[in-house]
Amino acid sequence: MVWWACCPEVTTVTVEIMISSPWFIIAAMTVTTLATRWGGVFLMSVVPISNRVHRFIQAMSASVLVAILAPLALTGDWGARLALLATAIVVLIVKKPLPGIAAGIAVAALVRWF
Amino acid sequence: MTEPSQLSQLNGALIWQGFRHLAPISLFVIVFGAAFGLAAVQLGLTEANVLAMSGLVFAGASQFAALDLWGDRIPLFTVMITVFAINARHLLMGATLYPWLRETSIGKRYALMVLASDANWALAMQHFHQKKPGFGMLVGGGLALWTAWMIGTGLGIYFGNAISDPKAYGLDMAMGCFLLALVVGGEKNVRIVTIWGVAAVASILAYLYLPENSHVIVGALAGGLVGLLPGGDDRDR
Repeated sequence: MVWWACCPEVTTVTVEIMISSPWFIIAAMTVTTLATRWGGVFLMSVVPISNRVHRFIQAMSASVLVAILAPLALTGDWGARLALLATAIVVLIVKKPLPGIAAGIAVAALVRWF
Repeated sequence: MTEPSQLSQLNGALIWQGFRHLAPISLFVIVFGAAFGLAAVQLGLTEANVLAMSGLVFAGASQFAALDLWGDRIPLFTVMITVFAINARHLLMGATLYPWLRETSIGKRYALMVLASDANWALAMQHFHQKKPGFGMLVGGGLALWTAWMIGTGLGIYFGNAISDPKAYGLDMAMGCFLLALVVGGEKNVRIVTIWGVAAVASILAYLYLPENSHVIVGALAGGLVGLLPGGDDRDR
């Protein structure tokens, strides 16, 4: 968890290099993003997978989407909140994703119309 | 029980299946690719810069964040830290896919992760939990999303925004609703719902009180800790 604890505000980074080449920045972004896509796989390949690690990873996989969506629902407008609610209700009833997504988009559009 | 080695298989048919599975939701990605392409050229990036960034980085939220920092002189470390924080969720994706990734060769397991993003990862996990091969969803779905992101970026560069106000039509909610549909459509029991609740509260608290872009990691790790509590079962991989 060091990566977020170390840098309370990105704007307060004191050691900084200013770059004028867009290509250099794009290359740095590419390497950084690839490191995130590969880093978790690499970490797991060096951590022995005990029962505890396995349970942690399994619960974490159930949590990722919720952690993405909860602040979206909290900070979104009523269009966003009711869209998510409509999707949840429709998916629970019809057990299919696409009608739920369609309902969510329709509700967001309707709420924002009025 | 199906062995992970069987679930880890990948072939053209499975990739095509994944591509078709995510093709509908990818149409919405085009809209946001267009918004990115337009915003980027308006900031003075060249067409080649914008296309290269979308093609190589392929992570929308972090690309928009980089535009916020863009200028004649760009702060390298700030860009890298911001991009890392927003994309740190990929670390969780790689880790959660590891039980199936480790059945493949080392080169292949890293190649499989190149196009990982929210929607195709979630779909791959759903397939694995249903004891179906998931890497077709990860790779084929990733190709569908990447293609849409590139088409959208190009449309934004050359034709401006495809739709002037996507929010008015609710289009900004497509991806959120898709991800929520995967959550709600999955397995539900007291243990899972407890994990969801803890993850939701932790991510909201992190969003409100912790450094920017930390909420996904904090929420997911908090949910993971709940998994260590006694109860629940260990049979499922």
